[in-house]
Amino acid sequence: MTSRFMKLFSAAILFVFLAGTLAFAAPPIKVGALFSVSGPAAFLGEPERNTAQMVVDEINKAGGVKGRKLELIVIDTQGDPAKAVQGANKLIKDDKVSAIIGPSTTGDSMAIIPVVEKAGIPLISCAAGSKITEPVKKWVFKTAQNDALAVARIYEYLQAKKINKLAILTVSDGFGSSGREQLVAHAKEYGMEILSNETYGPKDTDMTAQLTKIRAGGAQAIICWGTNPGPAVVARNVKQLGIKLPLFMSHGVSSKKFIELAGDAAEGIMLPSGRVIVANQLPKSDPQKKALLSYVTGYKKVYKVEGDHFGGHAWDAMMLLKSAIEKAGDSPAAIRDQLEKTEKFAGIGGTFSYSAKDHAGLNKDAFVVVEIKKGDWKLVK
Amino acid sequence: MDNTSQFVQYVLSGLSNGAIYALIGFGFAIIHNATGIINFAQGEFVMLGGMSTIFILSFLSLPLVPAIVLAIIFSTLVGIIFERLAIRPLKNATPLSLVIITIGASIFIRGAAMLIWGKDTHALPAFSGNNPLYISGATIMPQHLWIFGITILIIIANKLFFSYSIIGKAMRACAYNAHAASLVGIDVKIMVLLSFVVSAAIGSMAGIIIAPLTMTAYDVGVMLGIKGFCAVIIGGMSSGLGTVLGGLLIGLLESLGAGYISASYKDAVAFIILLLILFIRPEGLFKQKETQRV
Repeated sequence: MTSRFMKLFSAAILFVFLAGTLAFAAPPIKVGALFSVSGPAAFLGEPERNTAQMVVDEINKAGGVKGRKLELIVIDTQGDPAKAVQGANKLIKDDKVSAIIGPSTTGDSMAIIPVVEKAGIPLISCAAGSKITEPVKKWVFKTAQNDALAVARIYEYLQAKKINKLAILTVSDGFGSSGREQLVAHAKEYGMEILSNETYGPKDTDMTAQLTKIRAGGAQAIICWGTNPGPAVVARNVKQLGIKLPLFMSHGVSSKKFIELAGDAAEGIMLPSGRVIVANQLPKSDPQKKALLSYVTGYKKVYKVEGDHFGGHAWDAMMLLKSAIEKAGDSPAAIRDQLEKTEKFAGIGGTFSYSAKDHAGLNKDAFVVVEIKKGDWKLVK
Repeated sequence: MDNTSQFVQYVLSGLSNGAIYALIGFGFAIIHNATGIINFAQGEFVMLGGMSTIFILSFLSLPLVPAIVLAIIFSTLVGIIFERLAIRPLKNATPLSLVIITIGASIFIRGAAMLIWGKDTHALPAFSGNNPLYISGATIMPQHLWIFGITILIIIANKLFFSYSIIGKAMRACAYNAHAASLVGIDVKIMVLLSFVVSAAIGSMAGIIIAPLTMTAYDVGVMLGIKGFCAVIIGGMSSGLGTVLGGLLIGLLESLGAGYISASYKDAVAFIILLLILFIRPEGLFKQKETQRV
């Protein structure tokens, strides 16, 4: 008898307690996040997850969006499209999220596009592949810069320097082949002539053969397109061979790791890059400066390491979402419509202006040209 | 730059890569010559050498030489543990099962390295500076001279050890016939263990001297291991000149192929040679047939 009473009593207390909290706060707005926190693309997913969490904590600390807290539900895709699809389904069906940010990789993003399109949930991808938003999909946006913009930025710089005979050396993986396609496709438009077109394997440790061939080819500059560690080997080999041609890299190496790996050989190399790494050197008139400094100092304070471009993509996605919810409320359809109206949103990756025809939102001003000087980045004006 | 110096550059690049392949090939040869198995975890010793040197340098902040010595000792210990835990307990296993075990061990060591040291690539400082040396219009790094020098030293030491020392001869005896060797009083188990010690030490040495040039990460062992394997197959599993020539041949063909045909086929070169050798002369290019030796 007593034990039955106790059970009833505690159930009653529990009910009162729960009902009390429910009555006090409006339910949080749920935002789903798919990031490759582990696996081969963890270098993308980890800073993205960290950044998204940091942004959500900051928003909630400041009182949430229109008085309602945000709740971030992160699922690790491990860089596996099958897991990304499972995760997207779970977020939409079980958690009933209002919007999804991520995934980190182009493969994961392409895999979940049919899922979000069918369910009618806005997606802001943090991956770079241009096919994510070309052709435009109704519910899909993205924040990472297209490779074509980086190519346009380098070509514009070369044009100004009156260099038009090029050698390109690209890695034979997804990033390198996309870069190679863009470099070749846009060459004519900027009056560039590609005299040598060489490739190397992602695991190659010696590129002297390719570079020797390039030297004999008569180019005025070398453009290398890859992600670490290959470009560092290229930089070292260029120095070893005593090649005096200006060397350009892609935005794929715009992290301190590259300077560390290439050592002295990094000196004088130029590359197109997002503004994060030169946030402090930007002129005050730069519209992105405020967002950049807030992200860089915030990230350093919370995680004790430098924030990077990848985290920046998540920052942009989260902030774009926040301002859309602020204006339009938390229904998925209203968020989508509001996102499409985004104009001149100064974020980390660039200044975004979405429209019905453009869900990538950036132009080549998203990149600046930086040069490596004394082991650090220097903004080239 | 004229055609001659271009050619000289291809040859120099090829030879320097070839020397690396040869050195890694040695590790395969030594274990094979003592136990009759092919140790596919050989590439992981190469990785362990480079990665543990970098780890010791940055975390214990020791000077380079003690760091290298410690790294070799560490990799050798891993070799000993590997032999004791994974090879010795299987008393009557066929060579094929042992080979498969070594593949498993290589995946395990690689995974452990990834968890401990992360996925980043690291660079080791060069032993004697980064200023290239010029040889008739072509260039070479001082580090390449270290690689050539250490490879030559190891070849000589190997030759002396296996041909003249009693332990080296005992190890060879075990490879020819373990049962007969044990009958004449050779402790086969010790000899097998010793072969793992020597090849882990050589493998890690190779990993350390190439790390300033090629940089290192948890997964460098795979490709380097395969290239070393090709070198030793061409050399007919000898721990002598055959493997050196095999390594240099692969290095040269890779470099000339990348220079005059296309760099896209660089890795394919080694594998095409490997297949050709296995089809046409499985005993290796430079080795006489086994039956003639006995």
